[in-house]
Amino acid sequence: MTPEQVLQIAAQGVAAATPYLLAALGETFGQRAGVFNLGVDGVMLMGAFGGFYVALQTGSPLLGVAVAMLIGALMGILMAVSSVTLKAPQGISGIGLYMFGLGLSTLLFETLVRSPVPLRTGFDRVPIPILSDLPILGNIAFNQNVMVYAAFLLVPMAWFVLNKTVFGLNIRAVGQNPQAADSLGINVDRVRYLALIIGGVLGGAAGASLSLAQTKIFQENMTNGIGFIAVALVYFGGWSPMGVMFGALLFSIVTTLQLWLQALGVQISPSLITMLPSVMTIVALIIAVRLYRTGTPAALGKPYRRDEA
Amino acid sequence: MTTTAPPRRFRLTDLAAGQDLLTAVAVPIVAVLGALSVGAVFLILVGADPLRVYEKLIDGALGNTYSQTQTIGKATPLLLVAIGVCIAFRANVLNIGVEGQVIIGGLATTAFTLGFPSLPSWALITGGLLAGFAAGILYGAIPGALKAYFGVNEILSTIMMNQIAIQILILLLTGPMRDVSASATSANIIQTAQIPREGWLPLLMPRTFFHTGALLALALAVVGFIFLWGTVLGYRIRAVGANPDAARYAGVPVRRMMFLAMALSGGLAGLAGGVEVLGVTHRTIQDFSTGYGFSGIVVALFGSLHPIGAIPASLIFGGLLVSGTKLQSVGVSAAMVVVLQGLIVLFVVSSAEITRRRRRAHAAQSAAGSEAAPTAESSAAEAAS
Amino acid sequence: MNKRWIAFLMAAALVAALVLGGGAAQAQDKLRIALISPSAQNDLAWSQSMADALKAVQAELGADKVELTISENLFRVPDAAAAMRDYAAQGYDIVIAHGTQYGASMFEVAAEFPEVTFAWGTASDYGEEEGLTNVFAYEARAEEGGYVNGVMAALLSKSGVLGVVGPVNAGDAKLYIDGFTAGAKATKPDIDVKVIFTESFGDTAKATESAKTLISQGADVLTGSAQQVPGAITEIQAAKGFWFGTQTDQAAGWEDTVVCVQVFDWTGVIKEIIALREAGTLGGKAFAISLESGLTMKFNEKLSIPDAVKQAAEETINAIIAGEIIPPGSPRELEPAATPDN
Repeated sequence: MTPEQVLQIAAQGVAAATPYLLAALGETFGQRAGVFNLGVDGVMLMGAFGGFYVALQTGSPLLGVAVAMLIGALMGILMAVSSVTLKAPQGISGIGLYMFGLGLSTLLFETLVRSPVPLRTGFDRVPIPILSDLPILGNIAFNQNVMVYAAFLLVPMAWFVLNKTVFGLNIRAVGQNPQAADSLGINVDRVRYLALIIGGVLGGAAGASLSLAQTKIFQENMTNGIGFIAVALVYFGGWSPMGVMFGALLFSIVTTLQLWLQALGVQISPSLITMLPSVMTIVALIIAVRLYRTGTPAALGKPYRRDEA
Repeated sequence: MTTTAPPRRFRLTDLAAGQDLLTAVAVPIVAVLGALSVGAVFLILVGADPLRVYEKLIDGALGNTYSQTQTIGKATPLLLVAIGVCIAFRANVLNIGVEGQVIIGGLATTAFTLGFPSLPSWALITGGLLAGFAAGILYGAIPGALKAYFGVNEILSTIMMNQIAIQILILLLTGPMRDVSASATSANIIQTAQIPREGWLPLLMPRTFFHTGALLALALAVVGFIFLWGTVLGYRIRAVGANPDAARYAGVPVRRMMFLAMALSGGLAGLAGGVEVLGVTHRTIQDFSTGYGFSGIVVALFGSLHPIGAIPASLIFGGLLVSGTKLQSVGVSAAMVVVLQGLIVLFVVSSAEITRRRRRAHAAQSAAGSEAAPTAESSAAEAAS
Repeated sequence: MNKRWIAFLMAAALVAALVLGGGAAQAQDKLRIALISPSAQNDLAWSQSMADALKAVQAELGADKVELTISENLFRVPDAAAAMRDYAAQGYDIVIAHGTQYGASMFEVAAEFPEVTFAWGTASDYGEEEGLTNVFAYEARAEEGGYVNGVMAALLSKSGVLGVVGPVNAGDAKLYIDGFTAGAKATKPDIDVKVIFTESFGDTAKATESAKTLISQGADVLTGSAQQVPGAITEIQAAKGFWFGTQTDQAAGWEDTVVCVQVFDWTGVIKEIIALREAGTLGGKAFAISLESGLTMKFNEKLSIPDAVKQAAEETINAIIAGEIIPPGSPRELEPAATPDN
């Protein structure tokens, strides 16, 4: 493999990381607040369809993303009603949310669009002047579509919000020790609602990045489980936006690499190469557990009831 | 803080809803009605007549003898899977790896029956099913061990294990286990050869999917019930799920129980795959198990995490899946059934809180001064400690 | 404890009791055809090819003469088998099981309903060994159109690199891809044909990424099959390259990109099946659509295709029909008489 090809794989991997990154960043907010949302894939599918349909009808991908984020927010509220207000076990609420999103996005697609059609007006690459001419980094970091830039800019922003703002402090407090947070006057449920809504908005955006930027197509179940991998990436990244970004990049670059190896005629069974990212994730999870033994939000996965404190 | 009782952790077993008759019946019915009403909104949205669609749903599942046997045929693997999910749930482990375990089990059953075609029928069937069961145990044991001994979240590891299983399926079906018969080779079919007829599960009604596997599933539901509530091992598994700290204090090897529950759960899923091979498909095919994983969880949940409760639940959801494919005749995508399943899950899990509040109020009334609402699970854990 | 489950069962029984007799099947003298397909009837691929043909036949013979029912997305074989049995029991005349994977189950059902005609594909086995007389089989010599597409792709490519986005290396896809590669290599021996298998049929995002990869490695002409391809076509469209398709016409939506599609036109097969059935023959024949009849190379008329390319395509088509060119995978390969002329 030539150095040039390595750079191309990196550039393609960065773009392909976008839906993983957006969804995983959103999931980070929820998990930091103590809520494990397994339904991200369903949120993404709803966002992907909503964004696609609006862009198809109006010709505006920006409006599409906005609608996708709004739909994502609604899905986040649905998750919150079930898992925060009604204290349902989060893993299973998430499965319900996933099935709901998977089914509804398919139903709406089959009713409103029917046949696969491409978007005329999706997000194309926008090279950033001067920067995109830089050697090495130019093509990887500064010749991508808007959704890619937005996703990576969100990483420091998410870090800032989580670590340097009162809201972020509240999120972490609620995820670590809701009882203590409650006694300090923090409204646990409200913080968790907000965290889940942020997660939903980013999940919707992740879906839109798939249908409006990456493929410019919508098809039934087009995420093929990206949302589930995003949940794993949050663990992998140790609940920090930077770690999540690292995980998303690693995952998508390995996925891209296996396509490149096939095209380069490397004689390995495609099934074996396709397994690689999954095997890698399991190994990474084992390592992540060792690394972040103390970093796990202590109240993750546990509904909070004031009357039991 | 002056509270005396330690904070009670939430457990999956809390989903085993109310202990009184009213809530046990009311929760699923209300959940279904809720899901149907919300579903109706979407149906109207896409321009369909909800009443007609729902009528078709019932008709498609129960309308005639054939659809009834179809429903039972579909319920059979769902029930087997759900019994396993119940066992895992009871140890507070959520097995999302069912999909992969079904595939691996089906492959193992196929491999056994194709490998020993000259065995007598009873040996072929028993051996085939045991092979599926064993393969499922192994495939479930991996995430079980990762959970119990390495602390890896079982939801995440099983999702990955499912992806890996699909690739193992493709790898074997296009490679070593490929059907090499002339007609299959010429058509390039991705499947294994047909298993010998002696290995087929006898049909209880000719020309249907109603095979003896249904009886096996029923029997295993009873066995699962006896296992969980009548054996020391089952008691320990439940104690771990009800209160791991108390269980550990009482000397129950918590990790081993979690591992065991996950492995058993995988075994039942593998068996479901084996039954599907011997009873219905008679070979492993591409798209071998699509959707049993999540549907199995839904069934377990709907049956209040009880192997016996899973029997009616599997019939209801088996029927729903069967009639889902027939909705096309009223112009609605089969995806509607997925929407309904999702809504039912959300309603069922969310209503647990309402029954819990009812129970608390009830307990406060009947036993003034008592700290916590006594339930079968918590008293079992208390007994353990 | 047990009371709960009794109550549960009672509730289930209540639901069952609500169900009344259901609608009586109306007797009619229409020809009733049912199609069972593994993916959506507008997947721009395999399933759509048959759905389109049946709709065309229905339009030709009149909706008052032919009743058509489609059950789509039945990728699980047991579900498909249940649907077959259902339709046969309802008195449908012709049940089309449009998937190779349906074969074994279809034979079982066909044995139970000897008065119903079954057809399945792609396959050449009409159940003679099983003693069935009511089964037709149909297949498409996909390697032929693949070969023609390969010839044109090689001529159109400036970079000398062609890319293929395949699902899995088997079935119809394998025939098509092997034919495509052979056609390209026969035209330009040093051409590079790069193949990526996504190991999936409907993973659009992965098909898109595969197309991106192929384009990055220099491919300027792509082809591929299965319902995942729309993502790949959109990608080569953005790169201003060309696309060659198979199964169903894919030009709509990508008018500036799709050059030619090998269209599986099953109308001839369907009409013949109907005619045979009316003449009293319920089955026992295998059909193969080839470039000679049934397989149509549909050029995109909105795209200006160089005459030399079109001419080469025409010549290749004629040579294949005449047996002068024998694409790999063709049954003619086995015939000793016809020696390929390299």
